[in-house]
This record gives sequence, structure tokens and C-alpha cells, in this order.
Amino acid sequence: MRNFLASRWGIICVGGLIGVFAALLQKWGNPGNMGICVACFERDIAGAVGLHRAHVVQYMRPEILGFVFGALIAAFSFRDFRPRAGSAPIVRFVLGMWAMIGALVFLGCPWRAMLRLAGGDGTAILGLLGLVFGIFIGTKFFRSGFTLGREAKSYRAVGLLLPGIMLFFLVLMLIFPQIQGEPKSGILFYSVKGPGAQHAPLLVSLAVGLLVGFVAQRSRFCTMGAFRDLILFRQTHLLGGVVALILAAFAVNLLVGQFHPGFVDQPVAHNQHIWNFLGMTLAGLAFALAGGCPGRQLFMAGEGDGDAALFVLGMIVGAAFSHNFGLASSPAGVGPYGIQAVFLGLTVCLAIGFFMRRKLA
Amino acid sequence: MSKTVDARGLSCPQPVLMSMETMKKMQRGEIVVLVDTQASRENVSRAAQSQGWEVKEIREDGDEFHLYITRE
Repeated sequence: MRNFLASRWGIICVGGLIGVFAALLQKWGNPGNMGICVACFERDIAGAVGLHRAHVVQYMRPEILGFVFGALIAAFSFRDFRPRAGSAPIVRFVLGMWAMIGALVFLGCPWRAMLRLAGGDGTAILGLLGLVFGIFIGTKFFRSGFTLGREAKSYRAVGLLLPGIMLFFLVLMLIFPQIQGEPKSGILFYSVKGPGAQHAPLLVSLAVGLLVGFVAQRSRFCTMGAFRDLILFRQTHLLGGVVALILAAFAVNLLVGQFHPGFVDQPVAHNQHIWNFLGMTLAGLAFALAGGCPGRQLFMAGEGDGDAALFVLGMIVGAAFSHNFGLASSPAGVGPYGIQAVFLGLTVCLAIGFFMRRKLA
Repeated sequence: MSKTVDARGLSCPQPVLMSMETMKKMQRGEIVVLVDTQASRENVSRAAQSQGWEVKEIREDGDEFHLYITRE
């Protein structure tokens, strides 16, 4: 059967749909220019389970859980569930950690960078340029033979582990629901102020997550891949989805009065341009080497990719380090050790790129 | 003349990168590309068409896809 969502118009529809719902989620309660942010939301999940204690960013984001379930359902519906693992798992985990640390210096994943732009946040421009620069470095490594090696087919259970963890998180959320004004419910943490306290109703978030997960898995939507394919192959297929996302979010923002152009006092953002740029350079390089943006890693994890699952877990753990060590930025600017972290991360990721090159037979 | 590109188990962008390099090297003839995800199948097909090659046949073998791409 032809897969419409994987066609040119298909990916444009998917990007548009993500843009529309991301902007609407902001209207429905999610933080400013953060309708959907995979990095921020995984960071909030790390906070919800207490891996870090930054009390303003703790919430079990149902969108993330929905992404994995939606992708899983799509994969099972179209014989696309392929349990696989074993392509340098430790490297995937480490790349996930550094991707998150870089993204939290900028304050957002590529999706949010685009949503920030679509909301009028000019500081996102340097972040996006940094992202493209990081991906550009990544393509140089691919050109010179970089590979994490082959994945092997694996047990069905391997592919179901991350969806299982996400299901466990959802069950926890139902057993320990948010209590208004309380920072904790049972074992889960819930922000009472800050971005973590701003969220759409659980069922709305979960439903949007499921829908996006389903169509994104079918279309292979990937923000990193969009720029990588443009640089590496001069292909604009995935880029169509990215442009559609920005335009759709921009249109909805205009309609509902969420468009506020400027470079100062933008929601959950800072304007230290160099660190916005270099933070996203680090993240972009890590995404490129690992073969997918954070959203795509969730969708691949949903279709049984155990290595993508490890990248996701690396990001969650990276978020914990980020907040425990003061690496993450805040609207006031970069964290006390954010700059050192960017340089260490770039060193590690460049070393991974440099030392993992070989010619495939 | 036919050449086989084994991209099974490799993640993006390697299947496309390997196929493109082989297409460039061969200019014409037949290439058999082995992949094992639908995403790679779509990506390699798209890349082949963009380079003026034709996807003549896609054979499914268990969990694998064998793409026969040709150019006169």
C-alpha cells in the first residue's frame, strides 16, 4: 500500500498538523512557545519522578507518552514494528545526554526552536543557526565514514520496553494525580509554579500526543533530518514538514493572539546569543550523530528501536544532570556551569564523531 | 553488471549515503540495496529517483527489503 504520509504532501500535512496543535496546546494551557517541546517535556518528566529537584519544571508530560504510544500503534497497524538494538548503545545514551544538556542551554529542542520563531521570539534564530551548524559538522563525519554500526533484529520484548516504561509513567500519573496547590502527590512531583505548572488538561495532551505520534511515525517527520538531508543530499523532502510546522504555528499564533515579535522578555528564553547558538550546535551535532531529532527518537523507540529508546533515556538522565549541576539556562541567562558544559559536550561529541569512523564493507 | 549495497541495520542517513555513493560510482547498471526498515526503503527509493534511477522492483524477504534500482 502506498504510504501517503511519506509523500511530499503527506509530510507537509504532518508538519502543519504539528504546528497547529502545538500552538493550540499553548492556548489550552502549555507554556509560552512551548506547545510541544520534546527536550523540555522530557526534562519535566525527569523532574516529575524526582531525578532533579528544580521545582518549576516537574510534570509528567502526557504528550511524550502519547508520542511513543501513537508511534507504537502506527507501527503495529502497518507492519512496521521492528524490534532491533545493538548499534553502540552506550554511545547513543551519551549522545542523548549531551543533546539534552545542549538543548537546555538554548531552552528547547528543534521543535521548540521553530515554535519560538513562530511566536515571534527572535532569540530562536541564533538557536536554529546553531542547530544547522551542529548538523553540518555531523554530516562531515558521515561523509568521512562515521558509523555507530549495525543494529540487529531482537526480541519483541526489546521493542516493547520503552513503551512499557511510558505506560508505567501514565499509570503512575493516574494513581497519583495532581492535587491543586500541592508540590507532590504520592511519589510524583508536580510544579505549583513556573513552566511545569502550565499544562493543558491530561486527556487533551495525551490525545494530541497520540495523534502526532501516529502520523509522525508514518511520515518519518524529523527536524534534524530536514537540515541533514538538505546539506548532505540537497533533498528538501523532510524540510517541507519543518517549513509547514513553522507556518502553521505562525498562522495559529496570529489568529489567537499569541504572536509577540521581539528579542527580549520572550517566554522561557534568554538572549545570550552566543550560548543559544553553541548550545544548539552541541544538540544538533548529537542529534545528527544519533540519526534523529528528539521527536524522531521517540517515534523510532515506539516502532521497536531499542537504541533510540536508549537515546531517550539518555536525554532524561541528561536533564537531571543539567538541573542538578546548574548547566541549564533560565530566562535570566545561562546556568553557572552551562558554558563549561557546552565545551565539554562539544569535545565529547567531536571525539565520538572522530573516533568512530570506518569504511563499511 | 550488478552491485549489492548491504545497508541492513544501519540508521539514517547511511543507507541513502551508501546508495548514492554507489550510484555515482556506477553511473549506470543495476544496484541491489538491502534494507530492513520501511523508512529506509522509502528513503532509498526517493534518493534513487532523484538521481535519475528507476526502482524496478522491491522484493520482501521476511523482515528485509531488496530494492532493485537500475539506470540504462
